[in-house]
Amino acid sequence: MPTKKEIQDLYFMDARFKLLEIASFLDRVDRHEGEADFRHPAFAKALAAMQNPPEGTTRAQAVHLAFSDHSTEPAETAGIQFAFGAHKEEVES
Amino acid sequence: MRYIEPHAHMVSRTTADYQAIAQVGCEALCEPAFWAGFDRASPQGFYDYYRQLTEYEPARAAKFGIKHFCWLCINPKEAEDPVFAREVMAMIPEFIEKPTVLGIGEIGLNKNTKNELAIFEEHVEIAKKYDQAILIHTPHLEDKLKGTRLILDALNNANVDRSRVIIDHVEEHTAPLVLDQGYWAGMTLYPESKCSPARAIDILETFGMENIWMNSACDWGISDPLAVIKTALEMKKRQHSPEIIDKVIFENPKKFLSQCPNFKL
Repeated sequence: MPTKKEIQDLYFMDARFKLLEIASFLDRVDRHEGEADFRHPAFAKALAAMQNPPEGTTRAQAVHLAFSDHSTEPAETAGIQFAFGAHKEEVES
Repeated sequence: MRYIEPHAHMVSRTTADYQAIAQVGCEALCEPAFWAGFDRASPQGFYDYYRQLTEYEPARAAKFGIKHFCWLCINPKEAEDPVFAREVMAMIPEFIEKPTVLGIGEIGLNKNTKNELAIFEEHVEIAKKYDQAILIHTPHLEDKLKGTRLILDALNNANVDRSRVIIDHVEEHTAPLVLDQGYWAGMTLYPESKCSPARAIDILETFGMENIWMNSACDWGISDPLAVIKTALEMKKRQHSPEIIDKVIFENPKKFLSQCPNFKL
């Protein structure tokens, strides 16, 4: 299996590029007019979860969990057919 | 490098895509019934679709030496209308005896509704009645965790043979739920949503190489029919042996699919 350094050799530049994309995305939202919707605090919550994942949870799992619907009962109707990427009620509660 | 593409929607792809995947070693391909990008206006539209899956696509694939198999169902996105869905499901027995049908799929949930869940459970009963394997779609993004849990609960209640059920589109947070309960797991390599090649390999390294496969799920959206073989090359960069790579992209899907009487390489 590769060493930590070999993993860095493979993925550091790509991850650095993606981190700057995230930073620029947040700057872009800040710079533009109007109000951001529920996805903005969800994104912040996911970033925080990534940096401090709960015990026994990987960073990737923590990001998934931050964006997920944690309710347990089936919905009455579909409402929309697509997914936003972040669960609205979870963020607002 | 030989491989099996266990989940691709070739009705949405060009013949050049068949040529491309044949050139990089694809020996067999499995096509689950799914949403066409729009809701079909009548159940009869599914009759034509099932004919396309069981007659036309196997012939198109054969021109490139690829064996084409399919799964039948009404997908969860069109299952929100249960009357419509049941009319479509009534056609399944007519097609289930066709020589390239593997089982019932890709059934599952989309927005985790009561109607979707009811139709999912009825599909599972069809699979049990006709002794068929099952391929399951899990919802997208924020709906995946809840949908996966609802699906697992329903399967547990239905008392299915877990070794003949594959739950697809798992990611880091759902892979352990599926594998720990004895089901097979599928990872989908799809731009923007689902897994990247690097993350799919992370999942393999974290949760093991058993009872898991990778697929491109290439369809009408922005997707890559070569995603499986590109991930195999990424595994090589990550120093996985040729034997392990062959296990993940060929032997594992072969092992699961060989439980379907019609699957023959």
